[in-house]
Amino acid sequence: MRLKILNGCEASAEGAISAGCAFYAGYPITPQNRFPEYMSERMEHFGGVFIQAESETSSINMLFGAAAAGFRCMTSSSSPGISLMQEGISYLAGCELPAVIVNMVRGGPGLGDVTPSQSDYFQSTRGGGHGDYRTIVLAPWSCQEIHDHTYLAFDLADKYRNPVIVLGDGLIAQMYETVRLKPTKKRFPKKPWALDGCSGRKPNSLKSLFLTPGVLEAHNWKLASKWARIEKREIRCESYYCKNSSYIVVSFGTCARIAKEAVERARQEGTDIGLFRPITLWPFPYAQLAECLKNAKKVLVVEMNLGQMIDDVKIAARNSNARIFFYGRPGGGVPDPDEIYKEIKKK
Amino acid sequence: MKAVYQKPESLTSETTIYCPGCGHGIIQKLIAEVIDELGVRERTIGIAPVGCAVLSYNYFNFDVTEAAHGRAPAVATAIKRLLPSRIVFTYQGDGDLAAIGTAEIIHAAARGENFSVFFINNAVYGMTKGQMAPTTLEGQITTTTPGGRNPQIHGFPIRVCELLSSLDGVTYLERTTTSSIQGIISTKKAIKKAILWQMQQKGMSFVEILASCPTNWKKSPADSMKWIKETLEKYYPVKVFKDPGNIL
Ligand SMILES: Cc1ncc(C[n+]2csc(CCOP(=O)(O)OP(=O)(O)O)c2C)c(N)n1
Ligand code: SF4
Ligand SMILES: [Mg+2]
Repeated sequence: MRLKILNGCEASAEGAISAGCAFYAGYPITPQNRFPEYMSERMEHFGGVFIQAESETSSINMLFGAAAAGFRCMTSSSSPGISLMQEGISYLAGCELPAVIVNMVRGGPGLGDVTPSQSDYFQSTRGGGHGDYRTIVLAPWSCQEIHDHTYLAFDLADKYRNPVIVLGDGLIAQMYETVRLKPTKKRFPKKPWALDGCSGRKPNSLKSLFLTPGVLEAHNWKLASKWARIEKREIRCESYYCKNSSYIVVSFGTCARIAKEAVERARQEGTDIGLFRPITLWPFPYAQLAECLKNAKKVLVVEMNLGQMIDDVKIAARNSNARIFFYGRPGGGVPDPDEIYKEIKKK
Repeated sequence: MKAVYQKPESLTSETTIYCPGCGHGIIQKLIAEVIDELGVRERTIGIAPVGCAVLSYNYFNFDVTEAAHGRAPAVATAIKRLLPSRIVFTYQGDGDLAAIGTAEIIHAAARGENFSVFFINNAVYGMTKGQMAPTTLEGQITTTTPGGRNPQIHGFPIRVCELLSSLDGVTYLERTTTSSIQGIISTKKAIKKAILWQMQQKGMSFVEILASCPTNWKKSPADSMKWIKETLEKYYPVKVFKDPGNIL
């Protein structure tokens, strides 16, 4: 068992290396500059490829090439850089190419600031780029989890031939915690569709262009059935004290970790309250949350944005009588436990 | 009976979508012939552009991938770095390479990425039906320069080879033409040299090929050839910009 003190960027990078990532491309942007720096050294050590790209547009298209050639690949960035990648992510989804994208979200819109935020929830969970597609989104709340999630992301990407997003934030990126490292992966799925030269086989091609009438629609239906499979199998979430609680706080990532402290305090004072935490933001745990809301009278959604996940909470709560409240901090504001505790008490 | 000419193995039997007299058909056949002659079909990976040649994967009988508009050099960079023993090339139009994908080509060249680029300069956006390209000549009429390209309003055409020639990462750099049999023979030679230099792992090898788009130029195929020779070649001189030695 290997234990190391790492920040979120390093922990995620180590997760990728354990998962057999052979290619990293990235472009510096705060708060995740440590990511390319760390990767430049580690990839050289492992004989992988590290490229400091000229832009995030280029990074994501390099991932397209690496994935097309059949290699495990990743990039990391923060919000403005991820916006630049959206066309490329759409192409990855359309061509069914596996790749891992880490977004250490910062405050926006525009250049925003460099402090932690969750304002890219819509972008990550609704496709983000053009076309009818989805990406799996994992939302870690600690350095250990971003390590584990990054490792898992490579398996999920390969399994479904789809891009996977690890949605961290500026806090996870920069805080240090003890991380138990995953063992190095040795066996990988075969990729007979990859482009590595047509020696002994018919040529392979990768495309998202289907001009014959009806063929693109058929391709979309095929992708839809894949996403339905993901929705069935890959939902991940956690709940604390949710069974029979009349008051449920719903929060994800860093914010959920802060909210948990507030929930614990309220419980110590006798409040009948629980915390529900989606770990996959897409697929969203609608049924699991609905189950938790069975006896709920009140729901407080806490996010570091103006209210984005709350839309999914409302979908999950459509058959519930609970009243739904929101507390959020946009533009890089990070709530402290006391603040959330007060908010819990107010409602 | 003796076969005097055969379709190269590196081309499929698919009928292309190219218009009569289009440069793409000529150039793609040359690439296929060269790949056959070098015996590298089974280890070649091509990257198609977004442009009239977007369906290249249907025409080449080896591995070919799509790339987003202009991003082929980024895609090629990763493929070649991960599979250094393969022959990797991008095939790109002037809009693809010199407008939307300018950053990608310049930086792949600056990094000295070891793949070949075939840059098809027809001075117009073929696929989207004839708008101004970054290589559209002064005075040239396009659908977005109905009065002719006016540098005061539309800026000046870009000479891509001249631009790239200052970058040390580019090993082999030549501009050729398809306006005559002689030009086509030289183009084939340049394509072959580019791939041979790639095999020497020397950095980027780049061939700009002046090609016709009769449809959007609104000229007959014969007049198009004449226009390349008399007009396009004047602004874009056929020339070897960089060639580190005798490789053929
Ligand atoms: C992001 C994006 N913008 C615009 C387009 C539309 N588009 C397709 S091809 C093309 C221009 C092609 O011109 P060129 O590269 O010169 O190729 P040609 O058809 O002349 O060979 C454009 C603008 C696109 N597909 N993607
Ligand atoms: S529009 Fe021009 S470039 Fe496109 S196929 Fe026709 S002739 Fe060729
Ligand atoms: Mg063109």
